[in-house]
Amino acid sequence: MKYSKLILFILLSGSVLHMMSCKPKGASGAVATGSAEKAYVAPGKYDEFYNFVSGGFSGQMSVYGLPSGRLFRVIPVFSVDPEKGYGYSEETKPMLMTSGGFVPWDDLHHVSFSQTNGEIDGRWAFGNGNNTPRVARIDLKTFRTSEILELPNSAGNHSSPFITENSEYIVAGTRFSVPVGNNTDVPIASYKQNFKGTISFISVGKEGELDIAFQLLLPGVNFDLSRAGKGPSNGWFFFSCYNSEQANTLLEVNASQRDKDFILAVNWKKAEEYLKAGKGTKQQVRYAHNKYNEQTHTATSQIKTEVTVLDPAILKDICYFIPCPKSPHGCDTDPTGEYIVGSGKLAALIPVFSFSKIQKAIADKTYDGDFGGIPVIKYEAALYGEVKKPGLGPLHTEFDANGNAYTSFFVSSEIVKWNIKDLKVLDRVPTYYSIGHLSIPGGDTKKPYGKYVVAYNKITKDRYLPTGPELTQSAQIFDISGDKMQLILDFPTIGEPHYAGSMPADLIKKNSLKIYKIDENKHAYAAKGEKETKVVREGNKVHIYGTAIRSHFAPDNIEGIKVGDEVYFHITNLEQDWDVPHGFAIKGAPTAELLIMPGETQTLKWIPEKPGMYPIYCTDFCSALHQEMQGYVRVSPAGSSMPLSFSLGKQGAAAADTTKPAGK
Amino acid sequence: MKKILIALSLSLVVLFYSCGGNSAESKNETTSEQTTAPADNGNPSYDPERGAGKFTNVEVKPELDKVMAGAGMIVYDVKCASCHKLTDEKLVGPGWQGVTTRHKPEWIMNFITNPDEMLSKDPKAMAQLELCLVRMPNQNLTDDDARNVYEYMRKNDGIK
Repeated sequence: MKYSKLILFILLSGSVLHMMSCKPKGASGAVATGSAEKAYVAPGKYDEFYNFVSGGFSGQMSVYGLPSGRLFRVIPVFSVDPEKGYGYSEETKPMLMTSGGFVPWDDLHHVSFSQTNGEIDGRWAFGNGNNTPRVARIDLKTFRTSEILELPNSAGNHSSPFITENSEYIVAGTRFSVPVGNNTDVPIASYKQNFKGTISFISVGKEGELDIAFQLLLPGVNFDLSRAGKGPSNGWFFFSCYNSEQANTLLEVNASQRDKDFILAVNWKKAEEYLKAGKGTKQQVRYAHNKYNEQTHTATSQIKTEVTVLDPAILKDICYFIPCPKSPHGCDTDPTGEYIVGSGKLAALIPVFSFSKIQKAIADKTYDGDFGGIPVIKYEAALYGEVKKPGLGPLHTEFDANGNAYTSFFVSSEIVKWNIKDLKVLDRVPTYYSIGHLSIPGGDTKKPYGKYVVAYNKITKDRYLPTGPELTQSAQIFDISGDKMQLILDFPTIGEPHYAGSMPADLIKKNSLKIYKIDENKHAYAAKGEKETKVVREGNKVHIYGTAIRSHFAPDNIEGIKVGDEVYFHITNLEQDWDVPHGFAIKGAPTAELLIMPGETQTLKWIPEKPGMYPIYCTDFCSALHQEMQGYVRVSPAGSSMPLSFSLGKQGAAAADTTKPAGK
Repeated sequence: MKKILIALSLSLVVLFYSCGGNSAESKNETTSEQTTAPADNGNPSYDPERGAGKFTNVEVKPELDKVMAGAGMIVYDVKCASCHKLTDEKLVGPGWQGVTTRHKPEWIMNFITNPDEMLSKDPKAMAQLELCLVRMPNQNLTDDDARNVYEYMRKNDGIK
């Protein structure tokens, strides 16, 4: 009896083993038995790709590993992040300044990477602020936001931050057209007369520095997405737009009237010629340019007042409209640069345009009138062909290295793989649910790495444990190494992911900064060593030059602060070892903590409102004696005669009468 | 009965091997860098007087090199003074007085440039950790920094 039970057990476990080790062929849909191993990265092992995912209305960018879907980091970009002190420390507050003051939030939709010769080079990532028009540059050595540039004459930077193949420009097309110029106090109903759309070409310098090279002034429409040409089409940029009806209300209905809207083809090399020839108009505007300095550990915000505008209705041969069915959204160029895929949100087909046919149509002037003074190329003259009945509501297309395209379909909730040359549908897989963007490593460049396509879904409904009314958005990884796409992993995301990009880990990981060298710290209030710690009163401002090291602050006893003082805690982390930040928090501060990297100085401004004893402590577990990393700040009433004093390591009465550097 | 069991087990093994060959696991991964070497206790080639690190033979003149000691003091102020006093008083780490008489220069310079490895394998470093309980941070000293700091330690120990 015992034996037969044992045998049954062995048989059962044998068949389970058998199932796990032999993958059923061609299984798709739900994660099939055995395919999970494709997303498995063993503990202590590295992922093959970094995946940078836009955070949508979180305003941030998150970094995952592919294929594991493990979250490594959330990079604060456009939104304050109390966890990292971003937007709260004196050093980072200027990053979120705009011409309208401090804006602590945005809506980050798209990600792009710096490129060299059409390939990802691993220097920078870029993100767009969709609400208060901005672009940001993230340094991939530090995974920090280095620069934010506001965009004048824009009212919602959606068509951004897509990039040219040698990082000459990132672009920024406005989603909302608005009145531009001196008189903006006009009736909303005068949209057709007064509203303009602009596209900014932002140059990227050798060190990544951003500068608006020029803006194109265009008819009032909604610019949506864009892609640079590549290879033969390098020198061109393609922008989808909708609302060619120029509606200003109930766009859901009124901007969906025409059978076709447009893709705008921009010859940016031609625009450069006009710019060089002085054909631009200087316009007085106000926009903020914020830069983080890695030496001073401090950001500065500068208001700029001029932008050069080119008018393509007057300056011929810069812009051409190409009709594109049904409110185009995605506008994606394939790795060869010959094909431009338009995706009408309400369409049931996918038009593929040919760059060489577009060039011929321009040469032959095969036009169908103009729109706002810009020639409209005949649809058929630009069209390579249409993918018939691919699905409902195509949104975005990415590419593999084998001549295949992968298009997301929001309405029919699926990814469809098709061949660019013969426009035949090859495969389709459902997504769970309502996919928006999708991304293949390098899938928007001349060199796709293929391997995976990641779907970024808007709705998850029943896919995870419920968490009240608000559920997570999600990403889903599909293996695309075979003929058939195969779902291998679901993972939840930060905020709402729109576009994302991935690149081989090898491009970045070797360059990752480990510490800030303390001898290169040029912060105005750095204390390089405890010898330099001090507390200085200047009127009602008190500057504390403090240090942190495992595991104490210097000084850690401060007296003589008075109610109403403006107290600046400038804390320098003296550590020079990787992965040893110190945190700094003070009881009741209406701001946030500081999180100070090794060798860095960060400042928390604090205006105490009540007398009392205020504890300070380190928030980031740093050693076995982390819990001892604490101190006191005594706040006396306003007008008190309590003299300023500070110390470290002095017990009892000895602590009360020193103004010498702490610890000496 | 036992025979049947053995046969079943064998067939299981066969099943396992026949199907398990195409794991994609290894292709997805690159190996992370291992920074901590396994403990070398009992390794006869390990010299506990020298410690683990790049310094094998440090030339030290009988008299003090004042320039080096001066440079070492600057490094001390920025990177060491938070935890080490110049007296024999323990702060976070041990006071420096007498340190050059307790350890060879190679050991000191290896320890201050390579603390993580030393704290995992060197008997003297491990014993010190049991007293202090705070792992000495790697303060990223250059080779020159380390030599200058050593000279400053000598000055502190009365070498003229």
